[in-house]
Amino acid sequence: MTTTLDQLPIRLAADRDGAFPDLVRHLQDGVYSGVLQFTRSRQDAEDVTQETFVRVYRALGSYDAARIRNLRLRAWVWTIALNLCRNRARGAARRPEAPLVGDRADRFEDAAAQALDNAGLEEWRRRLAALPGPQRAAVVLHHVVGLPYAEIATSTGRSESTTRSDVRRGLAKLRTMIEEEAR
Amino acid sequence: MTNHEPIVEELGALHRAAPSDLLDTVLQGVDLADSYTEIAGPTGHAFVAWNGRGITAFVPVDAAGTREEFEKRHPRKAFFVDVPPQPLAKYLDHTIKTGRLGHLPVDFSSIGEFQRRVLEKCAEIPPGEIRPYGWIAREIGNPGAVRAVGTALGRNPVPVLIPCHRVVRTDGRIGSYAYGSPMKRQLLEHEGLDPAAVESAARRGVRFVGSDTTGIYCFPTCHHAQRIGDRHRVEFRSEEAARADGYRACKVCRPAA
Repeated sequence: MTTTLDQLPIRLAADRDGAFPDLVRHLQDGVYSGVLQFTRSRQDAEDVTQETFVRVYRALGSYDAARIRNLRLRAWVWTIALNLCRNRARGAARRPEAPLVGDRADRFEDAAAQALDNAGLEEWRRRLAALPGPQRAAVVLHHVVGLPYAEIATSTGRSESTTRSDVRRGLAKLRTMIEEEAR
Repeated sequence: MTNHEPIVEELGALHRAAPSDLLDTVLQGVDLADSYTEIAGPTGHAFVAWNGRGITAFVPVDAAGTREEFEKRHPRKAFFVDVPPQPLAKYLDHTIKTGRLGHLPVDFSSIGEFQRRVLEKCAEIPPGEIRPYGWIAREIGNPGAVRAVGTALGRNPVPVLIPCHRVVRTDGRIGSYAYGSPMKRQLLEHEGLDPAAVESAARRGVRFVGSDTTGIYCFPTCHHAQRIGDRHRVEFRSEEAARADGYRACKVCRPAA
């Protein structure tokens, strides 16, 4: 990865096919980590992450070069990812729950490695799922994925100050939950 | 993030690396990526490319040139790898060794329905045997499409693996090949066929060969025909002539409809 995220829109505008693999390399860990909190299984998270990038690629094909150069890439990718997560959640309401544990066992060398990877995932997902949608999105994007408030605001279509307060309120609720769990 | 309280650190620890095969899956999903390698083919080295759906290209190195030139001409982004993944490597090796497609998957996704049927039919021709273009046309249910069959085979993206070199002119001449007639002859010789002898028999007007003990006629290179001893070998100029003598068509090489 020699290109920085900032240079990517220019490269994408000039050579979509050549630069697209770097786009995926730059953003795949963040998208996967965030999506993992919004979906119900690793497999779902993997599917949604893949689908996000496939849609990103297709959308880039329908944009002219000027529009691609001006993209706030990461925020735009997250707009697409969040939409897919919402659609998936709507469909998932009618499907049985798939637990994280035991899912995609082939990814791990042994049970210990999987247990380590699962550490915290289940309980945090349960807590985060109890937050109102916008707060959950803002907390995950800011604290799990590492997005700045401005980019979160762009991807969710809310204002930056609302985003800040979403994160603050979300964290406050999580603290309360943890305190109640400890009692 | 100025907040360093435990809850924030725990949230940060939920960050995970994406599955290692995600990039490849995405690139294949948008038809952006193939992998390719260089292998020893029956008549020299070749570049062979594939993606998740199967083999996408087979090009003799002599014809492709350098890796850079191959990548430039390949219809998708192609990444060089030293060794193909299993079980693809195993299937590829088997096809090169035996001359039969076997389990080797071919990516037909960017190939039209007609060409696909032509190529699949062609893949049925056993090594060391040849069939005329008209045979494929008839077998796929388009007896009039002989020229179109020729065109479809000429654009075979995976020559050698799908053996379009085993399809020859109706008059018995070996005919042309995307990588030149000499390579076509060389591939046939490699499979134990003598192109000169085949053409010389064709010039004498021999189109079919029968056995007077079985009363069955075949294409001359059908393995059943090749087993007929000289004493029992009967040559025919046409299907009509064979049928007039009371012979029936072989059910393996199917020289007649």
